[in-house]
Amino acid sequence: MAKFNKKKDGDLPAVSTASLPDIVFMLLFFFMTVTVMKDSSLMVDNVLPNASEVKKLEKKDRVLYIYVGKPTREYQKVFGTEPKIQLNDKFASVSEVGDFILMERAKKPQELQNVLTTALKVDKNANMGLISDIKQELRKVNALKVNYTTFEGDAFRNLQ
Amino acid sequence: MPRRGGPPEVNAGSMADIAFLLLIFFLVTTTIETDAGLDRMLPPMEPPEDNVVIKQKNIFTVNINKDGQLLVEEELLDLKQLRERTIAFLDNGGDRTCNYCKGAKDESSSDNPTKAIISLKNDRETEYGTYITVQNELVGAYNDLRNREAQRLYGADFTDMEAEYLNPETPSSVREDLKEKVRKIQELFPQKLSEAETQLVTNNIKI
Repeated sequence: MAKFNKKKDGDLPAVSTASLPDIVFMLLFFFMTVTVMKDSSLMVDNVLPNASEVKKLEKKDRVLYIYVGKPTREYQKVFGTEPKIQLNDKFASVSEVGDFILMERAKKPQELQNVLTTALKVDKNANMGLISDIKQELRKVNALKVNYTTFEGDAFRNLQ
Repeated sequence: MPRRGGPPEVNAGSMADIAFLLLIFFLVTTTIETDAGLDRMLPPMEPPEDNVVIKQKNIFTVNINKDGQLLVEEELLDLKQLRERTIAFLDNGGDRTCNYCKGAKDESSSDNPTKAIISLKNDRETEYGTYITVQNELVGAYNDLRNREAQRLYGADFTDMEAEYLNPETPSSVREDLKEKVRKIQELFPQKLSEAETQLVTNNIKI
């Protein structure tokens, strides 16, 4: 019977890759939905302290970020090694914090303007003096809800 | 020559490469983490209109100096004991009006959890990490007490209930129910943590 051709030795059938794009697209959509875009690149060292009694910051659209820490190595020549404030993509002084909050608040939709949280991402080696000044500025513009962003962990590790 | 068998098929072999390219782009430019941290309310700028007189025994003072040492109620204290001491102060119930307190009922300590105030002061030179540890212990003391009461009344931890209440994915019928419970517990142990403006704690400065 000539219909049943004998297979040649050692010739494996090729694996079909037709569904590979589908798989990759699935991964792509997964990452697109669960992640958020980075909005600014860090110019300061930002090793957050640990705390155990943390609450999750839900709803990214109602959070404003303030970064504090000493400038990273490439900026140290210009800005020194003292802790600095970073707002969006540039270094700022304490007096600019209030204006920054007011400006960012004005950009948000009306119904969110009263429920904004300010997330303070502060390096654990920074001094409280600068933080106190920032808090004072925040009080002046009535941005009273703050969140000290931390890692989740044992708080006593901060002391080492 | 006329074409046979319809239009030629488009080669889809490079589709996977294009999709991979997109995938890698999204992997690089996005972050997956959700932020967590300690929520705090700052005091409003304008002072309260009427001056409320607060008894000294209802205030629990915590000072942190620049070396990260703690001065609690005028004496040095190890950070590890802070939570215990705070709980003892809040749970004291000195005037015996608090029927859920399990503290020592010491006359010289706080009257009632609703009157007890914690005053936190720090030096300008204090390290932020130390400050967060102290904040964490103080919030932890409140959470421990609230968990205790929530367990007694509803058989669940307060922190879990609050997290579920704040989670936007919780159905609204459950949230309505939780809202009432969370408020009830918060009223039993209201968080009164005052942070005065920083000042130099003069007697701690070494010359």
